[in-house]
Amino acid sequence: MSDSISTDSTTESFVPSITPNVASVTTEHTSRNAENLEVNGTTTGLEARGVHAWFDKHHALEDVSIHFPQNTVTGLIGPSGCGKSTFLRLLNRMHEFIPKSAMAGEVLFNGEDMYASHVNATDIRTRIGMVFQKPNPFPAMTIGENVLAGPKLAKKKVENPDDLLEECLTRAGLWKEVKDRLKAQGSSLSGGQQQRLCIARALALKPEVLLLDEPCSALDPGSTLRVEETIVQLSQSMTIVIVTHNMQQASRVSDYCAFFLSDGGPGRLIEADLTTNMFSNPKDERTANYVQGRFG
Amino acid sequence: MNAIATDVTPVTPRKPWKNTRATLKTATINGFFSAVLATALYTFTGLDGILGWYVSFIISVMVVMAIVSKVTGNGKSIADQVAPVVISAGFATVMIPWISLIGTVVQRGVKGIYTGFFTHDMLVNSMDEPLNVGGISHAIIGTLIIVGIATIIAAPLGIIAALYIVEINGKAARFVRFLTQAMSGVPSIVAGLFIYSTVIIAVTHKNNAFAGSLALAILMLPTVARTSEEVLKVVPREIRDASYALGATQVRTTLRVVLPTVRSGLITATILGVARVAGETAPLLLTSQYFVRFTTNMFNSTMASLPTYVFGALRTGTENSLARAWSASLVLIAIVVFLSVIARLLGGRSTGRK
Repeated sequence: MSDSISTDSTTESFVPSITPNVASVTTEHTSRNAENLEVNGTTTGLEARGVHAWFDKHHALEDVSIHFPQNTVTGLIGPSGCGKSTFLRLLNRMHEFIPKSAMAGEVLFNGEDMYASHVNATDIRTRIGMVFQKPNPFPAMTIGENVLAGPKLAKKKVENPDDLLEECLTRAGLWKEVKDRLKAQGSSLSGGQQQRLCIARALALKPEVLLLDEPCSALDPGSTLRVEETIVQLSQSMTIVIVTHNMQQASRVSDYCAFFLSDGGPGRLIEADLTTNMFSNPKDERTANYVQGRFG
Repeated sequence: MNAIATDVTPVTPRKPWKNTRATLKTATINGFFSAVLATALYTFTGLDGILGWYVSFIISVMVVMAIVSKVTGNGKSIADQVAPVVISAGFATVMIPWISLIGTVVQRGVKGIYTGFFTHDMLVNSMDEPLNVGGISHAIIGTLIIVGIATIIAAPLGIIAALYIVEINGKAARFVRFLTQAMSGVPSIVAGLFIYSTVIIAVTHKNNAFAGSLALAILMLPTVARTSEEVLKVVPREIRDASYALGATQVRTTLRVVLPTVRSGLITATILGVARVAGETAPLLLTSQYFVRFTTNMFNSTMASLPTYVFGALRTGTENSLARAWSASLVLIAIVVFLSVIARLLGGRSTGRK
């Protein structure tokens, strides 16, 4: 079975399930107008309102407003240095670990600003998982310990660790490959397996949102396919935001796309829409040029 | 599968990158001409003695190598041929004093070593008595206790200082790093004097073993702190990010992720610190001094240690006491080498592997 066939089939089976959401959503990037998303007076999913980011004096991101509806996949695309990864790290309060960083605006998580002073940042991070560009399993832990590291580090009780272990590894598409070597070091796996291990690790905390920062950039096409299948499956039960440089990947896995661009100054959100619109009928000329590969 | 594997001919493994007979032959010829030239140099110039022969041989090898590579022109430049010889000669020259020192200590030290040397103390014997009575058991145990307590004090403090510099990276981090660097240059006798004036004169009013541990801890601290800092810096930021992204606090990230990752490196840092202070004499002369037998009284009594035993034996100055000093030196060197080897073994293992 070739790559393209299996990808097509997963996309087909998966598109109808998000159609109701699509129908209820108008233009997501101007989400201040999206009253129809309010459920019990609060917006669901994740929403950024007028978000800026600075590294010391460097203004990296300017006035980004976008809504990520619940149980959808949104791809963040754009050339290097346009602030995609910075924006992603702002969505689960990882930005503040960079020395001298600053931000402005609000990020609403289920209707509540996660940067409000009473919000516990570590609690936000347990509910919004993240997978990084480079696979980063904990070197001092076995495969099993890596998967269960989240609850352990966040001091959360796990009723049946063995069940959780199997569930997470299965959802990450890794269970069959590692079930007989759970006591081996995480670093003994191949790059693609390590990345799926990192996804499994993020899933163990049962996050409501999963942020992926170019998760396939260091992987071979086979592993990329496995990770993409995993993403599509996970999106049935969680909100996913994925940064990618790969246009085909964005069109394969995402329901919505957001195009970021920097003209030498701070990165801006140029356009955000349904992925099909972004690729077939973008409103902005720069988006059209980028998705057709004319620059970046 | 079977279709492919029908006509398999047995293949013998080769190592084409190894030296061939031809290169060995060339090396032998080079060596021969070098020896001839060296003998000529030795005979007809002012070079004299073993050192003279060594120098003339090194020069000859370089000259012969240069000529041979020029004549044969086998692809390698003269610089490529001669550079390894220069480097090897430099290495050999550096090794000479080291081997000479170890050799002398072993040669003179083995005379005084007998089984009782490790089990007896000097309570009923004097340094001057024949080498078949008395021993250094009290000094070995004393060194282990004094250095052990110094380690218990300095290792956690050093690792905490490194954690402050790398993990917390607070406003004073640069200042702390500067202080540890400055501290590593403190002469050991200054550390001894410091403890002598602040602890012995001011508080205890008499020499004791614990003061010796404090003095050694001062010397050990910068070694442990700086080595630990280097070890912690190697932990990639991605690993910490992964932990933070799982909702771990900084404390739990440090305790559960960072420290286990560099466990073997921190052990190495500690052992390097121990090796640094195990042979220190000056601070111990001012603090723990020497006692003829083993005592457990850390706070009210002086305590023997290997360096102060050596010092005492040297001061006695007779033939037998000097032999004792060499033997105790040999034991001390053996202990330090043993610790360094352990440090190397632990540090050589890849991070976090069991």
